[in-house]
Amino acid sequence: MINYVPILIIFIFAVGMATAIIILSRLAGRNRPTREKLMPYECGVEPVGTARERQSVKFYLVAMVFLLFDIEAVFLVPWAVVFPRVLSDPAYRTLKYLFYGEMMLFMVVLFVGLVYVWRKGILEWAAK
Amino acid sequence: MIDQLLGWAIQILITLFALVTAVAYLTFMERKVMSWIQLRVGPNRVGPWGLLQPAADGLKFIFKEDIIPLEANRWLYIIAPAVSVVPAMMSLIVIPWGSEIHLFGRTIPLHVTQMNIGLLYVFALTSLGVYGIVLAGWSSNNKYSLMGGLRSSAQMISYELALGLAIVSVLLWTGSLDLVEITKSQSGTWFGFIPRWNIFRFPLGTFGFIIFYIASLAETNRTPFDLPEADSELVAGYHTEYSSMKFALFQMAEYLNLITAASIGTTLFLGGWNGPGVEQLPILSLVYFVIKVLVLIFIAMWIRFTLPRFRYDQLMRFGWKWLLPLAIINIIATATLLIFIR
Repeated sequence: MINYVPILIIFIFAVGMATAIIILSRLAGRNRPTREKLMPYECGVEPVGTARERQSVKFYLVAMVFLLFDIEAVFLVPWAVVFPRVLSDPAYRTLKYLFYGEMMLFMVVLFVGLVYVWRKGILEWAAK
Repeated sequence: MIDQLLGWAIQILITLFALVTAVAYLTFMERKVMSWIQLRVGPNRVGPWGLLQPAADGLKFIFKEDIIPLEANRWLYIIAPAVSVVPAMMSLIVIPWGSEIHLFGRTIPLHVTQMNIGLLYVFALTSLGVYGIVLAGWSSNNKYSLMGGLRSSAQMISYELALGLAIVSVLLWTGSLDLVEITKSQSGTWFGFIPRWNIFRFPLGTFGFIIFYIASLAETNRTPFDLPEADSELVAGYHTEYSSMKFALFQMAEYLNLITAASIGTTLFLGGWNGPGVEQLPILSLVYFVIKVLVLIFIAMWIRFTLPRFRYDQLMRFGWKWLLPLAIINIIATATLLIFIR
């Protein structure tokens, strides 16, 4: 566990540095706000409407599909780490086809899922 | 205990200092490479060959006016650059920059810490970087920024899948998530002259590297995948409203992520710090690592100034319909190959 302590140290350093930089630029820079300067930038014309509007549902769909596939990718990582050991260790060698076959079955399911999403048109972004 | 903590603190400070300097000079390198490709001279006024340009830029950033738009969500707007730069800095501690050096009678490894989940740690942190971009885009209350932030998050999560699956094939060969172990497994040669780097495991390793490299370009929002910034349509995307050092922090995060991506690519596929003569002269390992990382970064710049930008639907199609299936096929092929040859 001792190897994980530097994470805490660098977190403190990084947060400190970012905070210092943000405060520094607040103090060192000049500050003369005008009404135009504080408006949202829209190529020099008065902003039309607000940015707090509804967005395309595509973004949510992509996020959900990502979640599903990412969980599957996370499941692959421990399998891949153990795989070379299963191949080389005589105690597990007899199980290697089972170990391989099960994951291939899982990959096929993953692929079918991708094909399903594809056929449903979730991956189509251009309007037909 | 105190001794070890102090050692880590010093190592981290040196790493951070070196990396922030490297970021400053990467912006300089980018401008020089751009100007050479476009047959211009580039920055050459500040110092010899313009070498002091990054320092001048830094000073200028500090003294610029710090604007917070009236309609912005104030606190989120202020912390967004920090949220984006902190994970970018934190992923630096597990990267093995070199083997180990002997200094003042002690052996110092050229990595801050060695974790058995090093690679997962880096991936977790690079995913966290999305939050900074989304927060910046949303809190600016600007339509361009919002579009930039949304596009960026959709793009990064799409290509993260291909990236995550491309590294699984490396894990199948090395059987470790520890970056130091992965580097050590690539030392030596095949047939006496081909280095045992994963990229030379033709064709699957080469293929994995190409998938990894393309996906990492998209992860770091670089051309041809720089849709979140897309200067010509979204002005500057999520950092349209940012000025002064807050803007500089986003730039810093972007270049730090580029360095991280190039370092991980080097460690996983290009043999890390391995090279001829590393056992005799350990400091060479650091030199090899830096050269390999610079080559990867140079290729990224070269691509940026040569290729046009993708359209958004092309970007999503490429990520989901090409890279993702190819990465899955790569894993299946690697596992099948391994089960037959071992």
